[in-house]
Amino acid sequence: MNLEALVACLTSASCAVTQISTALIVGTLLFLVAAGLSLIFGVLGVINFAHGGFYMLGAYFAFTAYKLSGSFIVALVAGSLGAGLFGVLFERLIISRVYGRDLLMQLLVCYALTLILDDGVKLIYGAEYRMMGMPAAFAVAPVQIAGAFVPGYYLFMVAIALATGLLLWLGINRTLLGKTIRALAINPQMVGVLGVNTAALYAGVFGVGSLLAGMAGALAAPIRTLTPGIGFSFLIESFIVTVIGGMGSIAGAFIAALLIGFIRAFGAIGFPWFVEGLMFAIMALVLVIKPTGLLGREAA
Amino acid sequence: MRSRLRRDIVVGLILFFVLFFLPTLFPKPALRDFLIYVIAYGLLAMSLNLLIGLTGLVAFGHAAFFASGAYTFALLMQWGRTSIPVAMLAAILGTAVLALVIGAICVRLKNIYFSFITLAFQMFLHSVILTWVSMTGGDQGLQGGIPRPVFFGIDLNNARTLYSFCVVTFVLCLAIMRQVSESPFGYTLRMIRDNPERANFLGVNVVRMKLGVFVLSGAMASVGGIVLALFVSGAYPEFGFWTTSGEAIFMLMLGGTQLFLGPLAGALLLEALNHYITIYTEYHGLVLGVVILVIVLGLRRGIADSLFAYVTQRREARRIDEVKRPILQPTKNEPA
Repeated sequence: MNLEALVACLTSASCAVTQISTALIVGTLLFLVAAGLSLIFGVLGVINFAHGGFYMLGAYFAFTAYKLSGSFIVALVAGSLGAGLFGVLFERLIISRVYGRDLLMQLLVCYALTLILDDGVKLIYGAEYRMMGMPAAFAVAPVQIAGAFVPGYYLFMVAIALATGLLLWLGINRTLLGKTIRALAINPQMVGVLGVNTAALYAGVFGVGSLLAGMAGALAAPIRTLTPGIGFSFLIESFIVTVIGGMGSIAGAFIAALLIGFIRAFGAIGFPWFVEGLMFAIMALVLVIKPTGLLGREAA
Repeated sequence: MRSRLRRDIVVGLILFFVLFFLPTLFPKPALRDFLIYVIAYGLLAMSLNLLIGLTGLVAFGHAAFFASGAYTFALLMQWGRTSIPVAMLAAILGTAVLALVIGAICVRLKNIYFSFITLAFQMFLHSVILTWVSMTGGDQGLQGGIPRPVFFGIDLNNARTLYSFCVVTFVLCLAIMRQVSESPFGYTLRMIRDNPERANFLGVNVVRMKLGVFVLSGAMASVGGIVLALFVSGAYPEFGFWTTSGEAIFMLMLGGTQLFLGPLAGALLLEALNHYITIYTEYHGLVLGVVILVIVLGLRRGIADSLFAYVTQRREARRIDEVKRPILQPTKNEPA
């Protein structure tokens, strides 16, 4: 435990800003993955245990697209859309066949997909670590805020994630399609009777969820190393986020993701060996006090 | 009831003798090693079935207890002041306490929440194992081997004795699990699985019952871990990785959740499958994943459960035929 270091960092503006920027990028990445997980669970009622795989796919797709085109925008689009398309395929071909079936079967299908994706990536890219490198467009001098240097890419990342989150929230809460999707979550038979193609909508929602995970992967690609299996640790953390925030709640996911981001960033200074423990402790506390999570409505 | 007990004892004895004398009939070290793996993972799968098949709790973090048993036992033995039985008991008890703590939080949740939170706790334990390098050796696993001091004149450094010891432990654990699942407690758990509300109305303390079976199953899984640690003379973080839990669930699917010994058959099948896949390819997950998908999407449930359902259906149909015939015939004759 090194609380002096933590206090010193909090009182020094430059250190605090550096850690806050770290907290924000960890939080926003987590938010994107968790929002997708939460959306899929809220509407389809399945927890996509293979969600981390889509994060990994997004990162590797972006890696390849960047190598081929040299443009980060192309890489970001390729990573997001690629993962989204994979999600639609996965939903149509596999997940749609286990709706309402044994929980065991749903878990097994996702387990199988995770194994296949991890090994597939290993087959194509090899098991070693890969670096995408910072895109040329962002190879500029870092922005100076209160004596701390924040890379321009961080600001870009946070902005993109925030914009996406806002769009998602508006799309679900303010549009007709969003209303249909919310209705689908509550009573799929009724929505089907009213002439909506529920199968397509399910696939679409799953695709959007995967797209969000893929986008997170693509955004993370320039600043993290890529290796088969990166998705899984992310899955666990985003699950913690959805539990704390409340399953199916986008706003809850946002708050919880930022909370985890801050714990990670500042915990790394003050109590590095207890960061994971603290995350689990908070999750356990939330589950005991309010099992539905901070902003969740449905009973757990 | 009495005849059932007799049947259980007979089946248990047969299993014991088959396992015990198989290496004598086929004296190949490879077979013995393979069987020890089956025993260790079989215990993991069978203890998991107490949760999944008996109580309807789909736990996805069961390997946490497997790893906890292995590490506690290995660390105690390396400490050097305990004998093997004492270290085993301590590891089992320690894991039971761990299961009590984790279970107290988990069993209040239902369905997928339960699955994921057990998984989350397992990954927490896994990350503790990885980061606490001074204690656990981190991702290299526990180095330095596990001493096997002689106790009661039993020397486990002899491979054959070690195997026999594992078989005895295994059959003992099976007997305990069978007794529990056939006890009133076991039937209460079945009721909770089939209709938790009703169980609650009848005055069953559902949370306490679930916690009870959670602790028992965690303790039994730890025995699997102990057996494996004793055999490989070490403990590795993979014991507590999520794929180990995934494999245990896959074993249940292969072997079925309906029959008591089903998971053991599943463990045997999967270990054999793993053995052959790793000979031919390094992309072991790819092959395993495709096999799972084919089975789940093709059969729509586990192999053994499909067989079991088919057999019971046939038996039902025959029984109904037999019951119907005498009733139907008079009604046919009446109008004439």
